[in-house]
Amino acid sequence: MATASAEHATRSLEQIYGVPVDELPVGVGGTASTAWWGMAFFIITEATLFAYLFFSYYYLGSRHSRWPPQGVPEMRLAVINTLILVLSSVPMWLADRVLRRGRLALCASLLGAVLLMGVAFLIIEATEWSRQSFTPATNAYSSLFYTITGFHFAHVTLGLLMIVELLYRALVNRIEVRRPLAVRNVAAYWHFVGVVWVVLFLTIYISPRVW
Amino acid sequence: MATVAERLVTAWEPPRSVYSTLASVDHKVIGKRYLATAFVFLIVGGLEAAVIRAQLTRSNEHLLSPEAYNQLFTMHGLTMIFWYAFPILSGFSNYFFPLMVGSRDMAYPRMNAFSYWCFLFSGVFLYTGYAVGLGPDRGWFAYAPLTERLYAPGINMDFYTLALIFLTISGTVGSINFIVTAFKLRAPGMSLGRLPLFMYGTLTASFSIIFALPSLSVACVFLYLDRKFGTHFFDPSGGGSAILWQHLFWIFGHPWVYIVVLPALSFVSMIIPTFARRPIVGYAWNALGVVMTGVIGFGVWVHHMFATGLPPMAMSFFSAGSMTVVIPSAISIFVWLATIWQGRVVLTTSMLFALGFIFLFVIGGVSGVVTAATPFDWTITDTYFVVAHIHYVLVGINLFPVIAAFYYWLPKITGRMLSERVGKWNFWVMFLSFNLGFFPMHISGLLGMPRRIFTYPAGVGWDTVNLITSIGSYIFAIGVLLFVINFFWSLFYGPPAGDNPWDASSLEWATASPPPPYNFEVIPTIGSRDPLWEERLGMGRRSSIHRGPTLAGPGKETLQTSTLDGEPVAILRMPENSMWPFIVSLALLAAFYGLVTSIWWLALAGGVLTLFGVHGWLWPSRTAVES
Amino acid sequence: MMRPASRPAHTLAVLGWWLLAISLLVVLIIGVLELIPVIRHRGSTLADTPLVNTPPSTRWIIIGVVLTGLTLLGTFAYSMVVMGETVSPDGQPALTIEIVGHRWWWEARYPSTQSSDSFTTANELHIPVGVPVRLQVASADVIHSFWIPRLHGKIDVIPGVRNQFWIRADSAGRYRGQCAEYCGLQHSNMAVYVTAESADQFRSWLAAQSRPAAVPREGETARGQQRFMQTCALCHTVRGSMARGVIGPDLTHLASRETIAGGELTNNRGNLAGWVVNAPSLKPGALMPRIDLEPGDLHAVLSYLETLR
Repeated sequence: MATASAEHATRSLEQIYGVPVDELPVGVGGTASTAWWGMAFFIITEATLFAYLFFSYYYLGSRHSRWPPQGVPEMRLAVINTLILVLSSVPMWLADRVLRRGRLALCASLLGAVLLMGVAFLIIEATEWSRQSFTPATNAYSSLFYTITGFHFAHVTLGLLMIVELLYRALVNRIEVRRPLAVRNVAAYWHFVGVVWVVLFLTIYISPRVW
Repeated sequence: MATVAERLVTAWEPPRSVYSTLASVDHKVIGKRYLATAFVFLIVGGLEAAVIRAQLTRSNEHLLSPEAYNQLFTMHGLTMIFWYAFPILSGFSNYFFPLMVGSRDMAYPRMNAFSYWCFLFSGVFLYTGYAVGLGPDRGWFAYAPLTERLYAPGINMDFYTLALIFLTISGTVGSINFIVTAFKLRAPGMSLGRLPLFMYGTLTASFSIIFALPSLSVACVFLYLDRKFGTHFFDPSGGGSAILWQHLFWIFGHPWVYIVVLPALSFVSMIIPTFARRPIVGYAWNALGVVMTGVIGFGVWVHHMFATGLPPMAMSFFSAGSMTVVIPSAISIFVWLATIWQGRVVLTTSMLFALGFIFLFVIGGVSGVVTAATPFDWTITDTYFVVAHIHYVLVGINLFPVIAAFYYWLPKITGRMLSERVGKWNFWVMFLSFNLGFFPMHISGLLGMPRRIFTYPAGVGWDTVNLITSIGSYIFAIGVLLFVINFFWSLFYGPPAGDNPWDASSLEWATASPPPPYNFEVIPTIGSRDPLWEERLGMGRRSSIHRGPTLAGPGKETLQTSTLDGEPVAILRMPENSMWPFIVSLALLAAFYGLVTSIWWLALAGGVLTLFGVHGWLWPSRTAVES
Repeated sequence: MMRPASRPAHTLAVLGWWLLAISLLVVLIIGVLELIPVIRHRGSTLADTPLVNTPPSTRWIIIGVVLTGLTLLGTFAYSMVVMGETVSPDGQPALTIEIVGHRWWWEARYPSTQSSDSFTTANELHIPVGVPVRLQVASADVIHSFWIPRLHGKIDVIPGVRNQFWIRADSAGRYRGQCAEYCGLQHSNMAVYVTAESADQFRSWLAAQSRPAAVPREGETARGQQRFMQTCALCHTVRGSMARGVIGPDLTHLASRETIAGGELTNNRGNLAGWVVNAPSLKPGALMPRIDLEPGDLHAVLSYLETLR
């Protein structure tokens, strides 16, 4: 009885939509997948978080006659870091592409490249911190400087942990090859972290030079 | 061969055990937990209010020390605004989203469990502080620099910042879950235009949360850093700004008002058509109004800051914005009025609460307009007028719809009817005592009584109004008690509800009460907004409720459909029960205890454990990889 | 809003009454609109009420929303007009008083005039009747809010921000106000009084307040002054003496004030004694410490304080 009604309804759905339910794929990939949507909204809320951080920077800046109080920040290391992080999006993008063609080993080595670039970024960022003449407790500007770069640092670290996770999955053969949702999501996150850095760079290093 | 129902039970209902209790990802179980926990917070917050009222009943009262009073009113505000008002709505949404869209669970069942545990543990975390005498004591909006270490040396306010950050995790993942569920997991045929109005409120609130909560997180992180590491975000002597806190807090805070009322409004939009015995009049108007409120709600935050010395231009702009936001609320009110005028009202308890709500909504709304009139706001801001307003908003526009929703949906959840007779007493006691108690607060405000004072001198003329307020609020507590009694009575003696005791039109009434773990035996196909009424209303399009794909296993499956039109896209494999959400939130709790006490190794350990937990959680099963 | 005693407060009160009247009307209309259909169908039950199948009409929704919009527009326009009238002084201010909020008392600095020097006092302001007075507000610690309900609205007193506001009083009298922004433990005990008086009285008050304190020559008061200098002078100022402390209120003319402790206590010998000896129990959290004085010394100090007229 139940089976009969199911068959009946399968037909009716088929009539409406032209797709037999039994033949629908199990899960979908790409931007239609719920996993992608989840990541997209996660990125949106994270981006909003950074927007409020930058708002705070500009708000406090607008209330100072001299901003940054200790002069325009030196930007040599930051330029290098910008290049590294922006360029690291290329192997990340490729890793996603090649995996969809089933080339797991190539994907893993590309991820490895991203990992190395990311670690280089973190080391340079830490170097920049150690060279500053101020600490987070010096004044409101220094508080913002360390908090914003620190938040970004934490996000890069999180992205790298995701990549380590992917590499580990590749190693033990637990990576979805045909429909690489995990890699795709990590790639999206990584690109997002790069975009945030660019805005950060423009805010902290370029805007004091413009105004 | 097993029947469909048997196969579904095998797939969806794991045997009961301690494990299945902690690991459950069933949205109905989680929804019930949300409702129960949030209701407990309501009771706790109410008891706090009772003590506050005892202190304020007469002038020069010394029942409480100022320290005790300040912690008490802060905890009352935090509990009600953050740990009751929103989670209770999430509870309903959790329980009913899948049921209303004809799905078998939420889009991310484990995230759902995680969201609940974070909510619970953040509340436990907050109350740990209060239990050891270190509860937050700087008001729920905690204006800096009063919250800075210099002026608030104890770790009280660290409990505040961290508990709120912890709670934002819950709110954010919960919201993403609601959005994706509403967009992706609807039954075939349920286009966005056929979405039950219930969902527009929660959807709008969810979007607001995604854009608003980060502002609170940023504010709390800044304050935490100021307090623990000596940064200067809100410290004017170090180049920071006390106003920055106000901006960050209210950019979040005002949308939050809509976050805690829009879903409640949407409950009413479900209840009113049922008891007006007709489809809602102005469906599109209502949906649009709710969404507009959410959007405009982001442009009005400065009306909390009219007395901070802003330029008149800025004040006019935000005054205009605050008045504009009334328009969509007016739309909702006229939609409900039009529906009851064009229908035939059946006065059940639920409907009484819904109608009472409309009345209180109007009072809370117009008193909001009064505060939006900038120059008059200079008179009433920070007085009991605002306290009255916030209570008409939170009690009138949140608690009344919530009680209406309980009377309406508890029969679905428990399978038992509540007593209508007690219910009517319940309504009249609550409605009359609420107005008796809280309306005079407007007057104390106009008489010049500032908020947050632990006592007042005799002879300034505030004794009588405060006495009335206290009496009203105690009777109000009796009203809430009546509800609790009615609830427990119904569990034991309530008549069985049947599938559709109110003869309502939406999908949740198409299944048993309480619903089976898999919700629906077949995935329904939807042809109209009122699938259970369409036959009697002679609608052309017909839904198919009892015939359709069963997706009966072997594992847990439900259907994914397209975002706009609800066309079938794919079969979704749903995750089994999992301990990871519980473990990860427990690890977070440990990390937060470490952060509040400055025991850094504990914070670090909690953080690392969280990461390992997430790793375990997301680890793909072999079948998932190979399919 | 109740009993406004100045032009701006009156303008605000009229706005307030209008707003309340409109509000009440709206609540009434909606209430009646709700009741009519309820009464019309009273007694219906689910079982005997079939579904209504008439096509929905949204005409009244549109009418209702348009009326709401017009009401709001009127309210907005009116309130903007009132804001224009009340936001800045309605005439040449007679003087500018600097107000500094402290936990939990108000400091007021008066500028020098033709007949008086500048001076500082606490908690009790005097202003001339019938003219606007400009206020320049600042905070020494956290956010407070200055508010004399019968004279005007509020202005927040925010550290790091210099806000300007104004008040006026159109009839003579003593007006009470208290801090309106939650500022910690003793937020409740942070009152301020404004005495509005005729121009002559005000001038003589200014002159009296700007005079330094008399120096006692002998006897108990002199001993009291000596004791005062040893124990109190670090925090309090008495002009004309060595006491130059700036943490607590200026006490040069303490005896001319009607209250002490941020308006919490009436200024009499008994309260003053209690306050000096054991302020922390009268006002927990206040910065005024417990002062250990021999009974003889206490009386001497009190006698000295009473000379500070």
